Amino acid sequence: MFGLSPTEMSALVLSLRASSLAVLWALPFAIGLGWVLGVKRFPGHGLLNAFVHLPLVLPPVVLGYLLLLLLGRKGLIGGPLYDLLGLRIAFTESAVVIACAVVGFPLMVRAIRQSAEAIDPRLARAARSLGASELRVFFTVTLPLMAPGILTGLTLAFARAVGEFGATITLAGNIPGKTQTLPLALFTVTQSPGGDAAALRLCILSLVLAGGALLASEAIARRTSLQEVPA
Amino acid sequence: MIDLRLNHRQGDFHLNVNLSLPAVGITGLIGRSGSGKSTLFSCLAGHLKPRQGCISLSGRPLFNSTLGLNVPPAQRRIGVVFQDGLLFPHMSVERNLAYGSQNRGTVFWHEVIEALDLTHLLNARPLRLSGGERQRVAIARSLMAEPELLLLDEPVSALDPALKARTLDLIARVQRQTQIPMIYISHAPEEIRRLCHQVVTLQDGQVRSVTEGEAHGVGPKLAAVGQVICAR
Repeated sequence: MFGLSPTEMSALVLSLRASSLAVLWALPFAIGLGWVLGVKRFPGHGLLNAFVHLPLVLPPVVLGYLLLLLLGRKGLIGGPLYDLLGLRIAFTESAVVIACAVVGFPLMVRAIRQSAEAIDPRLARAARSLGASELRVFFTVTLPLMAPGILTGLTLAFARAVGEFGATITLAGNIPGKTQTLPLALFTVTQSPGGDAAALRLCILSLVLAGGALLASEAIARRTSLQEVPA
Repeated sequence: MIDLRLNHRQGDFHLNVNLSLPAVGITGLIGRSGSGKSTLFSCLAGHLKPRQGCISLSGRPLFNSTLGLNVPPAQRRIGVVFQDGLLFPHMSVERNLAYGSQNRGTVFWHEVIEALDLTHLLNARPLRLSGGERQRVAIARSLMAEPELLLLDEPVSALDPALKARTLDLIARVQRQTQIPMIYISHAPEEIRRLCHQVVTLQDGQVRSVTEGEAHGVGPKLAAVGQVICAR
């Protein structure tokens, strides 16, 4: 397809699969955290908010290295997992998914938090006074009203995950057919003599994927803002 | 009776209220902004936990700081209608009405819809409704949950004068028909004297006066509404 070599094709498929899995795994946590940060006020709120947004400002390689220290075979979490269960995370596809999830997570939380902040708190109060439990209020009022933020967060995080490079190469390596994602494949061909055509192909693919996700995010935001104008 | 003994401090504001009101008709709660109306509203509805005191409704304790009792809003059976209706924007009018109702499709359900003239609006989205329609739906939504007390927080203040008068008449009629006691909060005394059976004036967090309103007597109940209310 599009004249892609089997390695490039596998990089594309891995990127799409890992990015999708990453955003889906991260979504419930992002919804919970986005809601807590948007609606609740508690001591340490600012600290938690800063911690969640840290991956946005940290160099991705630093993030990858920190993850490696945690999840590597001798890491704080990775060590016991390997010793007790024989599970290896670093330099596997799981590592790609984790790196993608970590870098996309703050974008999801941010979008969800903003949509949670925009919900009139009296709507939840009205629901409670109509006899709804906290759980019912969340699932029938809060969550549906956060939906635009959730969709925007999903698409932004997906676009960020597809383009992820630094954390992935540090935590998962650059193993063709196994952990080599689209940006890593692009990097590899730019380092090889005569790789210009392949680089251009992968570059265009990346642009299409990231641009598509951004356009989708914009369309969702526009649709939502139109709905909010009273008729 | 609605018994309120409240002591609540919020920054510089201090609410200190000791009130026993008959749980019949419409009670107006008036006062300038900052007089404590909204705080009292929130304490009654259970949206705000007072620092000290007790609240009971027809002998049923809702809050008692000494006993550590604070019945959650969902179990208070106190309906609330906010200034701007505050309908759930992602639900149709019918789903809004059904949200707190156990009576969907019953005689009571249809009586309330008819009384508030909502039949033609059931499939509409709240954003498509006018201010008056939104308030009618909000009142109906609260009634559908069969509250023991209905709190109305400046429900007509955002409406134009003609619509305001019509909505006030509607509220008076609905109260007569359902016999659900109501507390009507407003900063405009002239707006509610005509509507209310008694008027409580708040000033700087304290009760300044309790006077009789201009509305007298209670009208006949709608048979179906009366049956459902009495049966609960």
